[in-house]
Amino acid sequence: MSAPAAAPLYPASPVIGPSVTPKAVRAYLRAVPAVDEVGAVERAAALASRSVKRESKLAALDLAVRLCDLTTLEGRDTPGKVIQLAAKAARPDPTDPAVPPAAALCVYPNRVRSAVDALAGSGVLVASVAAYFPSGQAPLEVKLTEAAWAVSEGADEIDMVIDRGAFLSGDYLKVYEEIAAVREACRPARLKVILETGELGPYDNVRRASMLAMAAGADFIKTSTGKIPPGASPPVVLVMLEAIRDFYAASGRAVGMKPAGGISAAKQAVRYLVMVSETLGPAWLTPSRLRFGASGLLNDLIMQIRWVREGRYQSPDYFTKD
Amino acid sequence: MADATAPAPAGKGEIVPAGLDYAVSLEASDLVSIDESYDLWIDGQPSPPAANRYIPTVNPATEETLSRVAEGGADDVDRAATAARKAYNGAWGKMEGKERAKYLYRLARMLAERSREFAVLETLDGGKPIKESRDVDLPLASAHFFYYAGWADKLEYAFPGMDSRPLGVAAQVIPWNFPLLMLAWKVAPALAAGNTVVLKPAETTPLTALAFARLTVEAGLPPGVLNIVTGGGETGAELVTHPGVDKVAFTGSTEVGKLIQKRLAGSGKRLTLELGGKAPHVVFEDAPVDQAVEGVVNGIFFNQGHVCCAGSRLLVQESIYEAFMDKLKARLAALRVGDPLDKNTDVGAINSREQLDKIGELVAAGMDEGAEVYQPPCALPERGYWFAPTLFTGVSQGHRIAREEIFGPVLSVMTFRTPAEAVEKANNTPYGLSAGVWTSKGSRILWMADRLRAGVVWANTYNKFDPSSPFGGYRESGFGREGGRHGLLPYLRGGGGQ
Repeated sequence: MSAPAAAPLYPASPVIGPSVTPKAVRAYLRAVPAVDEVGAVERAAALASRSVKRESKLAALDLAVRLCDLTTLEGRDTPGKVIQLAAKAARPDPTDPAVPPAAALCVYPNRVRSAVDALAGSGVLVASVAAYFPSGQAPLEVKLTEAAWAVSEGADEIDMVIDRGAFLSGDYLKVYEEIAAVREACRPARLKVILETGELGPYDNVRRASMLAMAAGADFIKTSTGKIPPGASPPVVLVMLEAIRDFYAASGRAVGMKPAGGISAAKQAVRYLVMVSETLGPAWLTPSRLRFGASGLLNDLIMQIRWVREGRYQSPDYFTKD
Repeated sequence: MADATAPAPAGKGEIVPAGLDYAVSLEASDLVSIDESYDLWIDGQPSPPAANRYIPTVNPATEETLSRVAEGGADDVDRAATAARKAYNGAWGKMEGKERAKYLYRLARMLAERSREFAVLETLDGGKPIKESRDVDLPLASAHFFYYAGWADKLEYAFPGMDSRPLGVAAQVIPWNFPLLMLAWKVAPALAAGNTVVLKPAETTPLTALAFARLTVEAGLPPGVLNIVTGGGETGAELVTHPGVDKVAFTGSTEVGKLIQKRLAGSGKRLTLELGGKAPHVVFEDAPVDQAVEGVVNGIFFNQGHVCCAGSRLLVQESIYEAFMDKLKARLAALRVGDPLDKNTDVGAINSREQLDKIGELVAAGMDEGAEVYQPPCALPERGYWFAPTLFTGVSQGHRIAREEIFGPVLSVMTFRTPAEAVEKANNTPYGLSAGVWTSKGSRILWMADRLRAGVVWANTYNKFDPSSPFGGYRESGFGREGGRHGLLPYLRGGGGQ
């Protein structure tokens, strides 16, 4: 017999119990209902056929702008690039003051300071990716240091990746532990947990990973890094929304959703709004519970807003490219 | 459950959720022209009824009269049967299968090309949501013609050694729930096999059949191959008993099906019946729960529950009963009931006043017998025939709502403890058309399918139709199969059957 394990280092979870052990985590995930792929794909397609026109389309486009996490995550990002994007986030359409600002600007930790300075007083939040984005393949200490540092630089939100390797090998406790630890290390920032669903395989895994991330303290769950195709897809987002609904019913805690990766058309964003509205209800249609992670989406939203208002498309040259 | 009662926390950059309303989004109905009145369709052209009687057909969503349609009598049926016989003995009967196929392919393509027009007409006349007539009825109707067109020149190979010659004149009586689709189910295999047809559409939904008749002219179909006699039950009785008819195919109520079978006894006419159902939808505790909720909703509220294979009895394993019902009720509340022409409508109008009364009567009986009723809050339009999505809990096997076909948006919920009990309850009905099973365990699906007495068993899905898949029931749900290679047999001499 080996010595009894030390008390767990991570806080109790209201949904898993006071003692978060490998066994407890497994039991928690076993109770997560299965997902039927055909049914999920079908339901997502049915929701995509909703017709959102005229004034409701305008309202949806306006809302989508407010929900944008305008993102740049490239090795070649510079302070100059971030300052330009900050201006775009604060005033997406300089010619139309009625177009609202985006929710946040999402950058690498090294660029947080530039973003914070550029967005001071604008109301636009600064989000930083963390936990060894995009792979998550680094020791926990490194991840914690990175997240805490990004917050000390002024990040309002942390978008962390999970360790997909640990998840797929069945080490759910490690995934839980890392999320819970980053959760503590990045306070008071809001924590978004990226599942990278493109690497998780079947929808059952997407649902379990969602439940695990929420149990460990995620404020948001997010589909993808944008570095691995496919990114967000309607069935994946639906499965995650259904997990959020279950978690809310079980714990009373409302967790947010962030589809990211591959969302470049306004039509896609409107379809996700329909999906969220019909799955979680209108209370989720707000930046504290819903975001879109995207870079090209914002311009298409602005173009569509102008199309609905004026009845014609403008040349792309009339919209700023940042 | 998650809903607007959960306040969103206020914070930096926060906005108050305003929800997402869908503006009214009506499918344009101006591309449909409806005549003031319609004659019968005999020998390739309109033909006034001998008795000069016309009956109105109304839009059930508004109660407005759309048109007046001829009421066929004995003389009219005789003229139609004679025209069909003449075509069978003439051009159509002599035509090679590969030539018949060309007409069917042409009709399939024309239906697909003009699907918007037909979908709107179907919705106006029958009350079903435009998204269903657009996405289900029309594509499937066209697909049936495509599918059977492919068999027309391969009948000898489909049934080697069998007499694959046609029967002659087929009398077909179809219901009001899928007017054009049922026409396609009946007409496509009959014509592919080389028969000619006299079809009687339902009294309340004759318009798409009459529009289809006009399509056959454009397709160049020889006169008399397809004849349409409109009218009510008496017209139908004249048609199925007419001596010049070789085969009768009926889809409708079990009550009328039994009458037809009695009337045809000893007549030598071949008969297929596709009748009612009281399908069980069995949900096990290991089911994919959210998809099962969708499947149950689709099973009973698709086409306002006017579906012979509607999953009208829900059997839920006791261990997940409460959680499942919470989800089901929340889902019901999200259904959008209203104008069938609105693209965002999920549940449309009840097909007729008569059907609305029947649903109301059975729902009242359910309440009288002590079942607990649940209806989500939903505002129904003032005019037209409407019934809110309804579910009953605390239902026992003896209740009328557990035994009788309601043919409306009404679900009766019961529980079970073991798979054996689920099978016993599921089979405890005189019907046997369809069933649904929801479980993550593959072996249990097969175990259940072996034991469920139903013509179709859907596993982890529901209401899936394809022209290549045979459909039909047993016991009081009828006999004979429609769809697939099996669907040809009732129209071929060697096909056997009743």
